[in-house]
Amino acid sequence: MDWMYLLIVLVKAVVVVALVMAVAGYAVVGERKIASWVQERPGPNRTTVPILGSIPVVGWWLRRMGFFQLWADGAKFFFKEEPTPAHVNKLYFLVAPVVAFVPAMAALSAVPFGQYVGSDGVAVPLAITNFDVGMLFVMAVSGISVFGIIMAGWASNSKYPYFSSIRASAQLISYELTIGLALLPVFMWTGGTLDLFSIVREQGGVVGGGVFGLPKWFICIMPVSALLYLVALFAESNRLPFDMAESETDLVGGFHTEYGAFKFGLFFVGEYAHMTLAAILFSVIFLGGWSIPFVSMDAMPVGLLGAVVSVGVVFVKTVILMSFIMLVRWTLPRFRYDQVMDLGWKILLPLAVVNLAVYAVILALVEG
Amino acid sequence: MQDILFYIFAALTILPAVALVFSRKSVNSAMLMILSFIGTAALFALLQAYLLAVLQVVVYVGAVIVLFLFIAMLVGAGSPKLAKRDFRNMALASGVFVLLSLFGIAAIAKTGVGTDALPVSPASSAANFGMILFTKYQLAFEITGFLLLAAMVGVIFISKRPDSGDTTTEAE
Repeated sequence: MDWMYLLIVLVKAVVVVALVMAVAGYAVVGERKIASWVQERPGPNRTTVPILGSIPVVGWWLRRMGFFQLWADGAKFFFKEEPTPAHVNKLYFLVAPVVAFVPAMAALSAVPFGQYVGSDGVAVPLAITNFDVGMLFVMAVSGISVFGIIMAGWASNSKYPYFSSIRASAQLISYELTIGLALLPVFMWTGGTLDLFSIVREQGGVVGGGVFGLPKWFICIMPVSALLYLVALFAESNRLPFDMAESETDLVGGFHTEYGAFKFGLFFVGEYAHMTLAAILFSVIFLGGWSIPFVSMDAMPVGLLGAVVSVGVVFVKTVILMSFIMLVRWTLPRFRYDQVMDLGWKILLPLAVVNLAVYAVILALVEG
Repeated sequence: MQDILFYIFAALTILPAVALVFSRKSVNSAMLMILSFIGTAALFALLQAYLLAVLQVVVYVGAVIVLFLFIAMLVGAGSPKLAKRDFRNMALASGVFVLLSLFGIAAIAKTGVGTDALPVSPASSAANFGMILFTKYQLAFEITGFLLLAAMVGVIFISKRPDSGDTTTEAE
């Protein structure tokens, strides 16, 4: 029985990792396509494969959309030579890409992707595991990945990566506080639970009434928290306009200047895995997870169909959010380093504290 | 199964901690400290104190060590010097360690080893933990907060002293 349980968890983990890797991989192509549309050019549209590419209409369309580009890029990373510069610290240099990538996958183990309502009407989370402090677990594990950048910068033993890792550590310290404070009102609202499944269950239904009705999502109840969390997520996943650690105009390639081939590929996929994780988290915490606007949680379809629908809803929200994150990257210019620090410490942090105090007072009045 | 895991996690806590003390490079020490903290978190998880386990990682691995590394890299940028072995301090530290160990052994000898674990760990959920922290352990909690405040004032005083050189003023 014990082995059976272990096997089921293992299968679930493999499915989740495979799916998220596929999404993260295609996010790379999506990013290039969105970038090209923003800049009014076609983007990757030449790569094709023998049989699939010669299907009359579909093959042509897949080629134009850059569908096969990912396969070519992936294969390239495998077949390139692995350079290891002579002046690096070998151990840290090897471990760093792994440390940057693995936490994003590990954090997924506590994220619910949907729900399954059995014939007895009890909702079960579709997650590898679901426990009481799930949200904190995700924060803790995904925060470890910054050590990948710090280690890479330090092990490279060269100036630009070194700057990059100092910047990455300062940025993490500055924005981690905002994330915590922005999420606290959500936990107070749900009665102190840190469990992601209950947080989603809380968000079914409508707040307000008539034409002013809004879905009871936390983004509608706590818009300021949602904004703070979104900005901090950009900073945490090192996305433009916050990619101080990579900033190719002044740091060449930042922490991965000395990396090539597959090790660079791990950093690269790691960034997209983190972005996927961030998008899933934001849709679960603030966009109602698998709740459909104006449909109550109890009116959702049940059984196998319900499970597929709920995962589909989360997937759609995640894709929309990732497209938004990409659009922002190709719209806004990069901040200057002092602007990043000012934004974090002088604007976001005080705003988060005030936001927390306001919701504490509101909740005390409502409940008292 | 539990016992085997305990020994693995205990080794993960203690071995890096020992290596940390003997390491002469600050960045290596910080990395070993991460391993040791993760071992401690795993031990908490083994005791079903999941909240403590997660907080250990969030606070110590996620914030404190990052800060250590930030300072170590900022200060040690130009001079990758190895720390000197200082035998007087080593003797002092060993003495304190032996004394504390004796104290611990004496305490265990007096009360006996407590093997009967609580049915539900009080720190298993956030709500339980908060409730106990602000009722039963209120005094300890307040005193800890006061100590941290004193430490903070001390740090600000040391770093802002005009004649202490300019090694810390760049830390913005």
